[in-house]
Amino acid sequence: MANIVQFENVGLRYGVGEETLCDVSFTLRSGQFYFLTGASGAGKTSLLRLLYLSQRPSRGIIRLFGEDAVILPRGRLPGFRRRIGVVFQDFRLIPHLSAADNIALPLRVAGMAESEIARAVREMLNWIGLAERAGARPATLSGGEQQRVAIARAVIARPELLVADEPTGNVDPAMAERLLHLFQSLHRLGTTVVMATHDWHLIERVPGAHHLHLEHGRLVDPDPPMPPPAEARASTIVRSGL
Amino acid sequence: MTRGAKVRETGAEARALDDGGGAHVMSWVIAIMLFLTLLAGAAGLATARAAGALDRQMAGRLTVQIVEGEAQRRDAAAAQVLAVLRTQSDVARATPVAQADLARMLQPWLGDDAEAAGLPVPALIDVDLTSDDSAAIARVRSAVTRASPAARVDAHATWLGPVGRLLDTAAWLAGAIILLMLAATTAVVMLAARAGLEAHRGTIEVIHMLGATDRQVARLFQRRIALDAGIGAVAGGVLAGGAILLIAGQVGALDSELLGGMRLGPLDMGALVALPFGFVLLAVVAARLAVLRQMRRML
Repeated sequence: MANIVQFENVGLRYGVGEETLCDVSFTLRSGQFYFLTGASGAGKTSLLRLLYLSQRPSRGIIRLFGEDAVILPRGRLPGFRRRIGVVFQDFRLIPHLSAADNIALPLRVAGMAESEIARAVREMLNWIGLAERAGARPATLSGGEQQRVAIARAVIARPELLVADEPTGNVDPAMAERLLHLFQSLHRLGTTVVMATHDWHLIERVPGAHHLHLEHGRLVDPDPPMPPPAEARASTIVRSGL
Repeated sequence: MTRGAKVRETGAEARALDDGGGAHVMSWVIAIMLFLTLLAGAAGLATARAAGALDRQMAGRLTVQIVEGEAQRRDAAAAQVLAVLRTQSDVARATPVAQADLARMLQPWLGDDAEAAGLPVPALIDVDLTSDDSAAIARVRSAVTRASPAARVDAHATWLGPVGRLLDTAAWLAGAIILLMLAATTAVVMLAARAGLEAHRGTIEVIHMLGATDRQVARLFQRRIALDAGIGAVAGGVLAGGAILLIAGQVGALDSELLGGMRLGPLDMGALVALPFGFVLLAVVAARLAVLRQMRRML
């Protein structure tokens, strides 16, 4: 199984303060499901930003899709970003575009024909159960509906790597489970999923998922460990050198 | 999905940027800038035309005055000078001004009976030279003064020269105004594009993270600016065209020899018509440069 992401001694510092991430090393294998946990301020969002190429590290090596992402020329970043789907914590839907238009954006950016985009968006709206709200603007959608639109936008281009920052943070448990099923469906199609969450119940529901745990910017063994029986539900942390 | 939704999707990329509350501000700016630039352009071209016409009128033209108080001696001297002029190879044409024409020209100042009252009136001879170089003028001046010491030679270029230089200066000034207006428009568009980037920072970041290239983002702004600039160009062009036609009509009605030279030719009109298109192109290029420069600061 190929490595899709490799971090080696990665450090990230904003300005002149302490490092937000310190000596982070791990490997993500293609087609696997990863949970990223940690307390607020532990560095989860920073790590995800490095993953979806919104930030360059202060030090260390990041290999993404087999290439050194740290020294990747700026002109090649869009091509890499198109292979990554991102669900932002605050959704970041474009307020003056309809749900359908928001979902279609990655395909339009990729230059797909409008007829194909219309078909793909229709399928995606059905998949997330929002076919009737295709023309609705984000402001008129509930939090859960916005969340689903954000997820649909992240996955519509069938990314190789899906990065989700607390994607179930604003929805009720039933909706969280439904959204998790969306991610699992995509995972079954071969997408590598990295999901930051605080929800241990959610982690329990994905057998075979891997677990990355951050504390004060450092990657540590999960504490508390994965809910029992750990061997049945999730493997231990996958880190380089382990 | 409904048909309406499909139509909205098709235009979505162009609408990825909303108006940000600044709808049509750029249109107004472009309209005003273009209006002023077109007026300056029309004035500059017309002035340059007038200066050219004046140049042609002045070039190689002389007036010979025979200043002699006694009418018989004056007429004899005039005939002698005219005969000498017509033998000169530098002279293309020498035409005496009829005394009746001269009396008509002087009538507003001297009244109807100037000659009868014994007021000395000079004889005039209009001379067209074969060339306008100063050597030819000097040769003719020498021949004329040899023929009659009472003769004075006035080169038109000497007394109309300042007017020509004034017109030339005005034409250059109009050109400078056009350049300044173009520079100001470029600056305004670049500032507007940067402000637009700031206003749409959230949207741009999302589109950027979805894999949009700098050029794709720049295209969104180019479309927006092109649309606004196009609306402004039409408005400014129509207003300026109306104003130019109105002024042209009024100048034509003056029946002035000098202002009559201020007619715009087909090339001038072509240049003026091209200006609005140039403005839109300038706005699009300026927006593109501004956006690309700003985008390079993002990862």
